[in-house]
Amino acid sequence: MTHTPPAPALLEVEGLEVEFKTEDGIVHAVNGVSLVVGMRETLAVVGESGSGKSVTALSIMGLVTKPGRITNGAVSFAGRDLRTLTDKEYRGLRGGDLAMIFQDPLSSLNPAFRVGDQIAEAIRAHSDTSKAAARERAAELLALVGIPQASTRARDYPHQFSGGMRQRAMIAMAIANVPKLLIADEPTTALDVTIQAQVLEVLQAAQRETDAAMLLITHDLGIVAGLADRVVVMYAGRIVEEATLDDLFYDPRHPYTIGLLGSLPRLDDKRGEPLRTIPGSPPGLYSLSVGCALAPRCAFAIDRCRSEQPELRVAGAAADHRSACFRAEELPGLRSEQPA
Amino acid sequence: MSQDLAPLAEVGASGAPVRSYLRLVARRFRGHKVAVAALVVLVLLAGLAVFVNVMSPYEANPIPLTPEILGEAREQPTWDHIFGTDKLGRDMFTRSLVGLQKSLQIGFGVAIVSVLIGVVIGSLAGYYRGWIDALLMRFTDLILVLPALAVLIILASTPEPSFFGLFDFPPATTVTGMVIVISVLGWMPMARIVRGEFLSLREKEFVDAARAAGASGPRIIVRHLLPNAVGPIVVFGTLEVGLAILTEATLSFLGLGIQLPKISLGNLIADAEGTVGTDLAYLVIFPGLILFLIVLCVNFIGDGLRDALDPRAVR
Repeated sequence: MTHTPPAPALLEVEGLEVEFKTEDGIVHAVNGVSLVVGMRETLAVVGESGSGKSVTALSIMGLVTKPGRITNGAVSFAGRDLRTLTDKEYRGLRGGDLAMIFQDPLSSLNPAFRVGDQIAEAIRAHSDTSKAAARERAAELLALVGIPQASTRARDYPHQFSGGMRQRAMIAMAIANVPKLLIADEPTTALDVTIQAQVLEVLQAAQRETDAAMLLITHDLGIVAGLADRVVVMYAGRIVEEATLDDLFYDPRHPYTIGLLGSLPRLDDKRGEPLRTIPGSPPGLYSLSVGCALAPRCAFAIDRCRSEQPELRVAGAAADHRSACFRAEELPGLRSEQPA
Repeated sequence: MSQDLAPLAEVGASGAPVRSYLRLVARRFRGHKVAVAALVVLVLLAGLAVFVNVMSPYEANPIPLTPEILGEAREQPTWDHIFGTDKLGRDMFTRSLVGLQKSLQIGFGVAIVSVLIGVVIGSLAGYYRGWIDALLMRFTDLILVLPALAVLIILASTPEPSFFGLFDFPPATTVTGMVIVISVLGWMPMARIVRGEFLSLREKEFVDAARAAGASGPRIIVRHLLPNAVGPIVVFGTLEVGLAILTEATLSFLGLGIQLPKISLGNLIADAEGTVGTDLAYLVIFPGLILFLIVLCVNFIGDGLRDALDPRAVR
């Protein structure tokens, strides 16, 4: 089954480069990321800490601030070039057509404000709504995301909400103005495992409700499997593999993806066995590697990997499955010879 | 056992009292007994000062000074004159309360003005950082390194103060003039406190979230950052009341500021100079005691507020 992004792309990122000037030198956080999100599509961006996935999201939101800087690339959203927008135009987009849910619901809500008022304010920032009407709508939104006695709880302060409820409130705020694109940056990482599933359900319902596309940033492949249409895997600020959900899970064509999938604990693991990991640690991003950034950690690395930067190329059976590995075509064979 | 488990959706919703932040603060403040006592004393004293005309049968500055009044000069404290009378037979209780009135006006006036200046400068510096921060903070440092008392004396002794001839200020012999003079040298700690709070608050995720929701810089400052910095601001404002009252007393004692026959606690004390150690010491003890009491109360209240407003404190 192939799933190509629906023809009119909603979001197009082309050759994005972001760097951070620090005292120790320049950190190259994102190094030429290109991705497309179609209408109503859910694209997952997967990678470990420091792979540049959150910075990519912030770049789209126009929220990369000093010492960070977008040095190159184009971002277009619904046909508008976001990098040429004025501050004011960007503000109109944020929280309107372009909404974001942050990782930590505990700190994403203003502790000095009633939850309902915060949502009402988000509504009023984008439309000419009376205070009373905005409050009413806020209560409706809270009910929509499954907060019981929503109109009463809307008058609560964030500290009176549990973690899961706060993230529900954040989702309510994000969809308050019916966004076209919902960026969710690790929406469940800070939550209890039992709450995660509920919040993901709410997130999906919210997306359906608003017909929004979603850019889901996560390091949790379980979430990816449940929510995404397509997946982009990032490593060291680059995209290393891009595929539909099924292709990625059943026919991974990059050693890093294989490592990620292999490191998932399985029910048939023997007790007491250590969890599988990818050997080594991700590279510091102070200088760009000459060859493939994964080469030092890769079991399949050859000399070419260390001297030349692999580009994303079509790999495997599907035309929309791309991998940045010189040995992408050989990988299935190599894996069966050598258990990961 | 399983009976105890409420359905998942209702957990945390079971009639949790909707408690407002202010009521929370009030409850924690009530736990601070000394501060509550200080507040009671302050309110009583302020009430006496405000309603001095009703509370006392005497006038602070009786005109003309009749032989009857003069006949009661230098009377030790009695039930008729609980603070005694001064060398012209005027009731010291009444005079002290009128002085307290001025002190309170100046104290709260200075607190309001210097908090306003400090909050504006501090929040701009803390939120925008960069060159705005550098400029505003160097300016703050500049005022901070001035020898405060010397500048106060110069400002307070200027008969017709004006800002480079552009606009005039009331002279420091009036309450308004005094408020301006003391505020000009009193806002810097507030600016630094607010800047510090903002520097840490602006990195909080809810500020990113607000920005991601389309909020502008000024909106973030006013709606998101200031409400979270209200604790330190209120506490500093309270302490500033006490500090301003003391500064006014110091200046008046030095013969600047409010001039007799207008009364302030400072010039009452100055007027009683030389009585310490004599049997007229009550002339300096009572106004001094009120000054001491009011500043002590204000500081205790500040302490109580600091604990009550601390968001990290246990609820």
